Amino acid sequence: MRRLPAAFFWLLASWLCWGAHGAYGHELTGYLETEGRLFPESPLFEQQRFNDVSLAAAPEYYHAFENGSSVTAVLFGRLDSADRHRTHADIRELKFLYLADDWELTVGVDRVFWGVTEFYHLADIINQTDLVEEISGDEKLGQPMAHLSVPMDWGVVDLFVMPWFREITFPGPHGRLRFGIPINTDDPIYESPAEQSHVDVAVRYSHTIGDVDFGIYQFYGTARQPTMVPALTSLGELELRPFYQIVSQTGLDAQLVLGQWLLKLESIYRVGQGDPYYSGTGGFEYTLVAVVDTSMDLGILMEYAYDQRGNRAFTYYQDDIVFGLRLAVNDAAGSELLLGAGYDFENRTKLVSLEASRRLSDHFKLSVKSAFFLDVGPNDILYDLRRDSFIRLLLRYYF
Amino acid sequence: MRMILKNRHGQQSVRSLRIRTLEVPGDGDKSLTIFDNPRDVKGTAFLSYTHKVGDDDQWLYLPALKRVKRISSRNKSGSFVGSEFSYEDIASQEVEKYTYKYLRDEKRDGRDCFVIERYPVDRKNSGYTRQVIWLDKEAYRVWKIDYYDRKNTLLKTLTASDYRQYKNKFWRAHKMEMINHQNGKSTILEWTNFHFGTGLTPKDFSKNSLKRAR
Repeated sequence: MRRLPAAFFWLLASWLCWGAHGAYGHELTGYLETEGRLFPESPLFEQQRFNDVSLAAAPEYYHAFENGSSVTAVLFGRLDSADRHRTHADIRELKFLYLADDWELTVGVDRVFWGVTEFYHLADIINQTDLVEEISGDEKLGQPMAHLSVPMDWGVVDLFVMPWFREITFPGPHGRLRFGIPINTDDPIYESPAEQSHVDVAVRYSHTIGDVDFGIYQFYGTARQPTMVPALTSLGELELRPFYQIVSQTGLDAQLVLGQWLLKLESIYRVGQGDPYYSGTGGFEYTLVAVVDTSMDLGILMEYAYDQRGNRAFTYYQDDIVFGLRLAVNDAAGSELLLGAGYDFENRTKLVSLEASRRLSDHFKLSVKSAFFLDVGPNDILYDLRRDSFIRLLLRYYF
Repeated sequence: MRMILKNRHGQQSVRSLRIRTLEVPGDGDKSLTIFDNPRDVKGTAFLSYTHKVGDDDQWLYLPALKRVKRISSRNKSGSFVGSEFSYEDIASQEVEKYTYKYLRDEKRDGRDCFVIERYPVDRKNSGYTRQVIWLDKEAYRVWKIDYYDRKNTLLKTLTASDYRQYKNKFWRAHKMEMINHQNGKSTILEWTNFHFGTGLTPKDFSKNSLKRAR
């Protein structure tokens, strides 16, 4: 973010000042977090530290104007005891939303999510993954953009122009959950001579027809997932350099409500990163309410993911099935639990994940997130992470 | 609106939320519910299109993930955010969703009331076999509802109070208390700041507006 054009900030700063005149509603919210990551097994690589603790903060400022337009800023930062790559800061959002009668325009840094499935977010492409935060890929970096959204009777058309590319984050040498060969994040390769200033574009059409919600999109720009290229350092040591190619991607996400069943599908077709390929994920979620005469809800999920590239894919989900259970206790503490169990048909790797959270008071919330990598096959992308099963404990103070 | 959840030991927890509603000619209401408290769910929003006939359409917005999730409205007997109100209790009460039987006239707190019984049309998914309702003859305000579960045992009682009139026509209760007789828990809704005719349009009840609801 440090190389983001200064003009962009100037523009937003001037909006913020202008906003001070027509004051309608100011709001400062967010959270502070302490986190501990416990790894039951010793690290595989020499430089890696065993466990780590960290502090994080995510303040959010929101100001609304009387006509419905608004300014939002969401910052994020983390200090990590073990990994200097995990000690990082990011502008998650810094945007001005202009609300007209028939359209809305967002200018600035924003986060946009597309997709319907629970475990693998295949169709989602606008934002880069903040991989040092979450190995699941759920946490995203802020993306500079101009985003026009035009709702019409026959659906919503969204246009995106993204003038600056964000590189994926990777754990450093001291961090767990990384590859054995070091990744040189300081020296990526770009297919486009414009490098990070390549202007990426996307157009999306989405609509709700009866019990079906769907979206289709076309993206043209820098692939969010790099291809890893082996290279030699000046000392003659092997390293991997991220290679960001220009791709054209067509995507679809759809969900059908069938009584208590939710049927979900995401699919993409990508050209420009090796041979063109298809990838898809889909499945169902079925919810039982008031199980065994309590007020608890139990969701049963099953999802399958396929990638035509197989083990060459830069993703864990290439021929995998995941079974999930989601329990909502519906108590005052908002206790929730999500259990996932995955099996990789190609590499025979088993993955078990557990997430649970509970509110301690109006302001404090305690969460546990864990993942266990079992019987990781030697060709699996997770092979270097085979001793990195973890338990994360998070305590957040929301203000 | 303030929602006060009480467990059987009298421990309380409070949520605050705002509800915007649009009446749709010929169909059920559209509503958008925005959560302000507890802080960890702030910005969570719930969009609902009720229909006079058939299943309602419902979406949930989760701000941490920036994700709009379509949810199944068949789970109407499920608890609404951990309260003793279920989704079907808080949904807009359309005439077509029930069949009715007049039971008797009765005086309640000095008011002449009709006591009627109503039966959900969607018997398969409703949590109730029947509801007994006390409404006054003067302005058809609901004062009390007894809810009978699927085994036809008394499950919950709703008591409404502090009715005030707006715009010379709309009566609104400012306090509603739902007592669950089976688990000993209760939930109180304290309504404040009613505004009518605020100029909301169908566009304020779209998936786009759900994402930017604050």
